[in-house]
Amino acid sequence: MKKLLELLSENARLTTTELSFLLNEPEEKIKAQIAEYEEKGIIKGYRTLINWEKVPNAGVTALIELKVTPKKETGFDEIAQSVMSFDEVESVYLIAGVYDLAVFVKGNTIQEVASFVSKKLSALDSVISTATHFLLKRYKDGGVSFAETEREEDKRGLIL
Amino acid sequence: MIDYSSLLNENIKEVKPSGIRKFFDIANEMDNVISLSIGEPDFKTPWHIREAGIESLQKGRTWYSPNRGFNELREEISTYFSNRFGVSYDSSCEVLVTVGGSEAIDLCLRCLVKNGDEVLIPQPSFVCYEPLTVMAGATPVIIETKSENEFRLTKEEVLSHITDKTKLLILPYPNNPTGAVMRKSDLEEIAKIAIERNILVLSDEIYAELTYGDEPHVSISSLKGMKERTIVVSGFSKAYAMTGWRLGYTLGPKEIVDAMTKLHQYGIMSAPTTAQYAAIEALKNGYDDIKSMRDEYDMRRRLIVGGFRKMDMDCFEPMGAFYVFPCIKKTGLSSEEFCTRLIESKRVAVVPGTAFGDCGEGFVRVSYSYSIKHIQDALARIESFLREI
Repeated sequence: MKKLLELLSENARLTTTELSFLLNEPEEKIKAQIAEYEEKGIIKGYRTLINWEKVPNAGVTALIELKVTPKKETGFDEIAQSVMSFDEVESVYLIAGVYDLAVFVKGNTIQEVASFVSKKLSALDSVISTATHFLLKRYKDGGVSFAETEREEDKRGLIL
Repeated sequence: MIDYSSLLNENIKEVKPSGIRKFFDIANEMDNVISLSIGEPDFKTPWHIREAGIESLQKGRTWYSPNRGFNELREEISTYFSNRFGVSYDSSCEVLVTVGGSEAIDLCLRCLVKNGDEVLIPQPSFVCYEPLTVMAGATPVIIETKSENEFRLTKEEVLSHITDKTKLLILPYPNNPTGAVMRKSDLEEIAKIAIERNILVLSDEIYAELTYGDEPHVSISSLKGMKERTIVVSGFSKAYAMTGWRLGYTLGPKEIVDAMTKLHQYGIMSAPTTAQYAAIEALKNGYDDIKSMRDEYDMRRRLIVGGFRKMDMDCFEPMGAFYVFPCIKKTGLSSEEFCTRLIESKRVAVVPGTAFGDCGEGFVRVSYSYSIKHIQDALARIESFLREI
């Protein structure tokens, strides 16, 4: 039921009753299917989309480009494992292009992030170089618009 | 001082303002209102269709079109209707492109009826039929459809309203506001009467593509002996989410379409040119868009019907359009009271059934042309409203 996953990825707070209406399936079947997805690791968890910019002192986020030397046997996986083991690291992606790993790092201040990059990330064996980009504004995340000006109102008028 | 009321046409004075308006206006003045009152798609026109309109503008195609509409568009309409509903119309003389389905309804009435003629109008139904009949000089004869028949029009109801003066039957299915549809067997009974009693049928099929479930929409024009006495009205607004483009069409016998074309030519000249280019693209490459929007509406339909039933509201399953028409009689409130109190206490706007005819009393129209999240929030508020009253 790919549609079930699509619905949940847009809104994890849909109840199983609502999902059973939407998908025209018995609620029990929906529950079992979700349990199966959780079991198999297809559903990895349920989180909330937060606009951190609106939260005072919520810290900063940076995108770090990492160029690394892949290992003979394990390729990029081993170095990715080391990178992701840091608590400061939010997400890690292997990239095809001018660099290898895209790493999102969160910290309280710019200095804190900068120091993490220079002292921890750069210090890893396989890392050849890093480039740090601080995020200034989040326009869209997780498919949701975060920009106030972009918020779309229902402009439909009633004509009759 | 000029006494304008003495100058106005008597017929227009008789026409009442639309009852849908009122709640929308109230809702507009309040904050934090969740509306389920709007009767148009929340989808935007699919991008490739918009692009075709834009391209025509970039190429400077900004002139009038032929009165009947571009040949290519009429050919596409004819092909589409024949493929979808199995009736062939000659694009050269049996198709007219209009400014929305509404213009076609107006033209049809003004070309067919005169003083003294009676027009059968099933209600609850869209608000335009009665006023346009009055303005065409004829007499509207209202047929009240029943919730126990799931608001289908029955043979008995038609027969008991026919007189020697009956000229035209308006057939508004799939129905706004009830979501009712007429199945083939229902239509066959109506067709039999129309033929026996020599009555014309104006079939408003604007919601044809929004028919849910396994049984597809059937046009009454496809039944034996009916093409020659049916005027089909449809358009692009609902199926392709193109309301603002203002484009509809009519299909019917040459003589009637010719007469309508004459009136259209003098009153309107031609339908919007940009919209026609967009509509050609819609008919050529837009069927997948219809399907995906229909599937999305269908999900919301089940969510909202399921939601109302869970609240123990009587709600028959609508198989067409994008409205549900739950019965609110259990609350002891009139439709108008229900809607007023709902918007005042919970800030949810729905439309009283009475806006669509007196027989809509005891019902409200709820549109599901909204996102799932929006419907979820509105249902939660309605549920708490029902608990409190």
